[in-house]
Amino acid sequence: MAGIVSYGAYIPFYRLNRAEIANAWGTRVATGERAVANYDEDSLTMAAAAARDCIQGIDATKIDGLYFASTTAPYKEKQTAATIAVVLGLPQEAITIDFSGSLRCGSNALKAAVDAIDSGTRKSILVCVADNRLGFPNGPDEMAFGDGAAAVLVGDQEPIAVIDHYYTRYHEIQDIWRSDRDTFVRTAEDRFSMDMGYSKTMTDCISTCLSDTGLTESDFTKVAIYSPNQRQLQRLSKKLGFNENQVDSVMHWSVGNTGSAMGLMSLVAALEQANQGERIMLANYGNGCDIFSMTTTDTVTKCKDRRGIKNHLSSKSMLTPYSKYLRWRELIEVQPAARPPIEARQPSPVAQWREVPWELRLTGTKCQQCGTPQYPPQRVCLVCHTKDKVEPYTFFDKPAKIFSFSHDYVVQSVDPPVTVALVDFDGGGRLMCDMTDRDTAAVEVGMPVEMTFRRLYYVGGIYNYWWKCQPVRC
Amino acid sequence: MDSIKDRVAIIGMGCVKFGENWEQSLEDMIIDAAYEAYEDAGIDPKDIQAAWWGTVFSGETGQILATPLKLSYIPVTHVENACATGSEAIRAACYAVASGTYDIVMAVGAEKLKDTGYTGLPQTRPIATWSYRLTTQTPAAVFAMMATGYFAKYGLTHEEGKKLLAQIAVKNHHNGSLSPKAHFQQEITLEQALNAPMISYPLGLFDCCGVSDGAAVAIITRADLAKKFRPDPIYIKSVQICQGPREGWISQTYDFAHVEETYRCGIAAYEEAGITDPRKELSIAEVHDCFSITELTIMEDLQFSPRGYVKDDIEAGTYSLEGELPVNTDGGLKCFGHPIGATGLRMLYEVYKQLQGKAGTRQVKNPRLGLTHNQGGEPGAATVSVLIAGNELG
Repeated sequence: MAGIVSYGAYIPFYRLNRAEIANAWGTRVATGERAVANYDEDSLTMAAAAARDCIQGIDATKIDGLYFASTTAPYKEKQTAATIAVVLGLPQEAITIDFSGSLRCGSNALKAAVDAIDSGTRKSILVCVADNRLGFPNGPDEMAFGDGAAAVLVGDQEPIAVIDHYYTRYHEIQDIWRSDRDTFVRTAEDRFSMDMGYSKTMTDCISTCLSDTGLTESDFTKVAIYSPNQRQLQRLSKKLGFNENQVDSVMHWSVGNTGSAMGLMSLVAALEQANQGERIMLANYGNGCDIFSMTTTDTVTKCKDRRGIKNHLSSKSMLTPYSKYLRWRELIEVQPAARPPIEARQPSPVAQWREVPWELRLTGTKCQQCGTPQYPPQRVCLVCHTKDKVEPYTFFDKPAKIFSFSHDYVVQSVDPPVTVALVDFDGGGRLMCDMTDRDTAAVEVGMPVEMTFRRLYYVGGIYNYWWKCQPVRC
Repeated sequence: MDSIKDRVAIIGMGCVKFGENWEQSLEDMIIDAAYEAYEDAGIDPKDIQAAWWGTVFSGETGQILATPLKLSYIPVTHVENACATGSEAIRAACYAVASGTYDIVMAVGAEKLKDTGYTGLPQTRPIATWSYRLTTQTPAAVFAMMATGYFAKYGLTHEEGKKLLAQIAVKNHHNGSLSPKAHFQQEITLEQALNAPMISYPLGLFDCCGVSDGAAVAIITRADLAKKFRPDPIYIKSVQICQGPREGWISQTYDFAHVEETYRCGIAAYEEAGITDPRKELSIAEVHDCFSITELTIMEDLQFSPRGYVKDDIEAGTYSLEGELPVNTDGGLKCFGHPIGATGLRMLYEVYKQLQGKAGTRQVKNPRLGLTHNQGGEPGAATVSVLIAGNELG
């Protein structure tokens, strides 16, 4: 029977204090903070990061499916799952699917994965879900929203939690939406949306699910539940009879409503605290409801070393002032640098395709004659000059240190200065790359760094993804 | 392997005033530099038998040179080797004469950078390789890493390192104040250099050369014919170019505190010129101070200062106009800026004038041998030219 075999999550390094937003707009003080994806992050990169967290110590070549879910995929037409599958090193015949369309897409993907495992057509499917939605500036969603990602590996071998029951209901309602022309999330009148949308659907579905299974509210140690904001979470919990120990508010206080990722991020937070034999509910919302009831097994503690929610939460930097958020999301136009236009650096689709492994997986070569790792791939060895006696050598997962760096203030960038670094990998090999999620004052020669998959820039309709280094996050 | 030493000579040179030459086109600058060179050599334009034309950003093919100068159906070759392009044009011209094919040829370098509408260099890299994998590849960002690398290797604090670099900028600005053709002709103080805005940490504004327009021309002939044109020709003793395999970007063994290509090219040039103690034997050196840190490391790579000890020589004034080995007597790239194709020829122009005793208020005493060092690319992946010239045969 299908279950959850592993989990991981990702929360961006930067958090925006809600008081900072309130202050910028001159509105009443708000509490808590929200996660903000760096300017070089999006749903693809965050999902990739959560996925890497999830499959730590797991052989990616044994995973035969990758489902990506988001309402904010970088492309309307081009698969994100395929990109992440290359980054992670999944086998060529893995099934890759993008899920989208509603905030329920993450749990839709989970259900599809469970069914594929139960049907026996697949053995191991990685479900990753991420969102970075925009609320209208000076609106409640801008405060409430946050950016983040979660990933779960679904399979039937040594699960840490077994799925016992699933219940779903669809609901046609125009309560939360974003058309193909919209930048910001729209909502119908608040009281209507809540009463006839979220609150009614969730209450009805959870009640039905409980009566179907013969369980009561108190049978669940944790309830991972999507909620648009803290107030709605409290209201629903009270109505359903869940107490504070069962329903965790950490997402709203410290991350924000991460949209389609919120349900699974809440589930990861619950699993992090879970012990053997506990029952956990995942209840997700979005034009209907998906409910999973699951029971943890004796292996539930084996994933405790994940960065997950807890460790990512404690690794942060406060984004200030608020105007940086507007700039990162490109919601305001700022004075461009007096430098060559970015259009001159349009990536070539042909070169990108040819270089897929060494671009997306940071795969170089190791000389079979002298053993020197080199990046990018070299046909003629730099050291011993042997030709074409090389094997692929992947760098992105190797520990590394800063050999030298500079902070460039004059370059065309969303967030100058750009830190550029020479990275020396343990075991050999050197790379020149950007450094992200760093405090410029703390960067120094010898600093330990790790590689992170990021979006360099967007030009001519193409998102240019590659690797950057960052100070070791947790 | 034979050598170029004393086989060719320079008999005329021209160089326009470098700067933001808003009122001059590329063609204007080429014409002014070329006609100054013709006049200096005492030749007629139609005496030129072949030309090598160096530019990176200012047009393709020899046509760009032939049209303004109305060259009459002679061979014109466009050469490009990044920031060492001007020196590559000189080298090609020297070898053509040394081969015996031509008697009088011309090497031209020019660049019109200030028509782009922004600071810095245009983007020309091919799309398929390095260019779209980094957010920044400004030269400042990469050279700044050499400053970080040098400070770290030799244990300099940020303040110590910055002060060392600032002294180079102050020295070059002093020399520039004596150069009527320099873009920047004002002195600066150490405090100005230290307190300047950051361009690419740790390099500030005065650690970076300017962006300028410019053009320079050399007329080259056989050494045995040279005195027919003028009593004081300048003889080529060595002209070398060196390329590395981007080792510094790939290998951990590379220290990013020097430029290996400069070191290797220096060795090759000294051997060709028969120089055993460059610090003693050279009278002046015009080196590629695109950034202050570049000049600092060149002093060690060309073996003027022992590795790690250039600090002592900078502080002792060894490389000042009155010092033991004056470096960048005209103010260097710091004061002339760096119109890419023109720079190597501009350096040679200064060496040529100094060796003829025609360098005005910045003239060094009794010079005999001068060196130009022209660097393209970046630390760890450079193209370096070293040329040595003298005012006597032998």
